[in-house]
Amino acid sequence: MPSWRTAWLINYFLWQASGETDVDISEIISIDTDRSRFKVHRSGYVNQDLFAAERDAIFNKSWLYVGHESEIVTAGDFVTRRVAGRDLVLARDSQGAVRCFHNVCPHRGAKIVREKSGNARSFTCIYHAWKFSNAGKLIGLNGPETYPPGFRQDPQHQLQPVPLLDAYRGLIFINYDSGAVSLTEYLAGAKEYLDLIMDQAQERMVLIGGVQEYAMRANWKLLAENAVDVFHLQPLHPTYFDMIGALSGSTPSFKGLTGEAHYLGNGHTVVEMDTPAGRPIAKWMPGWGEESKASIERVYADLVRRFGEERAFRIANRNRNLVLFPNLVINDHISLTIRCTEPVAPDAMDVTVWGLAPEEEAGNEVAVKRRLTSFIEFLGPGGFATPDDIEALELCQKGFASLQGAPWNDFSKGMASNTTSWMDEGQMRYFWVEWRDRLLRNCEVAA
Amino acid sequence: MSTPETPSRAEIEDFIFHEAELLDAWNLTEWRALFTEECRYLVPTPSADPYASPDSTLHIIADDAFLLTERVKRLGKRTAHAEFPHSKTQRLVSNVRIAASSGDEIHVRSVFATFRSRHGRVDTYYGRHEHILVREAGALKIRQKRSILGMEALRPQGSLSIIV
Repeated sequence: MPSWRTAWLINYFLWQASGETDVDISEIISIDTDRSRFKVHRSGYVNQDLFAAERDAIFNKSWLYVGHESEIVTAGDFVTRRVAGRDLVLARDSQGAVRCFHNVCPHRGAKIVREKSGNARSFTCIYHAWKFSNAGKLIGLNGPETYPPGFRQDPQHQLQPVPLLDAYRGLIFINYDSGAVSLTEYLAGAKEYLDLIMDQAQERMVLIGGVQEYAMRANWKLLAENAVDVFHLQPLHPTYFDMIGALSGSTPSFKGLTGEAHYLGNGHTVVEMDTPAGRPIAKWMPGWGEESKASIERVYADLVRRFGEERAFRIANRNRNLVLFPNLVINDHISLTIRCTEPVAPDAMDVTVWGLAPEEEAGNEVAVKRRLTSFIEFLGPGGFATPDDIEALELCQKGFASLQGAPWNDFSKGMASNTTSWMDEGQMRYFWVEWRDRLLRNCEVAA
Repeated sequence: MSTPETPSRAEIEDFIFHEAELLDAWNLTEWRALFTEECRYLVPTPSADPYASPDSTLHIIADDAFLLTERVKRLGKRTAHAEFPHSKTQRLVSNVRIAASSGDEIHVRSVFATFRSRHGRVDTYYGRHEHILVREAGALKIRQKRSILGMEALRPQGSLSIIV
């Protein structure tokens, strides 16, 4: 959408909000440094015009996750994705190049590829049979003699590529803004943590076991908060820890564990912490059985050989929950998962989650089983924890309906001490400030 | 035609309907007791081959006897937040057939629609059950229950916090 629309939407929002709640974009966050209070106005999670403004000012200008290189290994491999409301095809063309197109026929606008994944040399629209190569080139027209010369070569008649496409350590991102900074610059300090995750593999990571596709009737930002919110684990998930306790012989304890939040630039955050349980890469826990112990110790020794004791310890033993602004979560703890949210409405998001493993582990049945079991027990939509997260986030969304009487969310925990403890809320404050600044910045550009 | 070893469809139906009633009544302890000592309760992800091994393919639920016991314990606690207070549920089970018998196993197929009402919202889960039943000391027991969802994804349902 053109930028005047952003300006219009925000002005409309200001006008609409002013009578009821006295907030504008710059006042959605209320920061009182003297009293160490950080509040977010709940209209930030419910307002329809703000949702549209977010699409313009954040999603249309940020690098967004679209897929993993291991999904399109062979020439002709493709997957279809929905990213910020648009259907895309991510493909490896016959020459081996990675391509990403709008999944839309340039002729009359029909969505072309219906399969979730496959291998194809060409894509044909069902409506009038315009046919495209897997590089997006128009190669077939129904009744070509009835079109003028040069029609087939016209750039407007090809599958429309997304403006920017790049990858970092196997993760493929797109950007709808051709003027955006490079992916490397955008990822900023998050690269260090992506390296700690991807270095678990000798050569490369691969997706394993398929995908979990579910939804939450809650604003997408609630999951970005939840993903780096360690403070909620003990109150919300005792039944998960009870189960792990029954599996391992004693309930995991957080006593003596340490962790830190880090602000990584451009709104990205991570919480890095000691684990109260196991890690599939190289931290064994009793519940995984003796048969797992030897192979985990071998992996640890290999990490030491490759990276030295200190970095190997960090890779193997410390958990990481990483949020890449705005909507990608990587959970590197008892399982390693990539979780991507797709905002559907102010009060609805789709969630898609993939499991990740070092390529050399993919043929090891015991290791794959351990990863998948740990994934679905905790992060699966039928597991022992995620259903309760969904309940909590949906309860928040319900509560926001009362925003006129109860308008503010609180993120003050840890603000007074100005530390970056894993149990505090600084990482959420950092996310929200970035969210506000991006809306304001793109509003200023429009003005 | 029936012998004590090969139950009639009526007997199988009674068993399957009884199971659904226990679940609707949230009598999960009695439901858990319907399973054999070694057992599985599987709900494959809708996008995957439903017969793929849970050891190599993600499932929504892939409980063995231990996890099934833990799941039942969890659902009895106030801290199973997604199901406290318990949702109201109603299960319709139909098209019950004995698909095959091999050795001591009776393979039963049925279709289901499970309605879950909570917080003013109704979610519908539908699909087919595939039970593997055996007879122990005269009583039918579940060796494996595989519930194959008929939806494309858990959207808009979100989670599967009940036994489907």
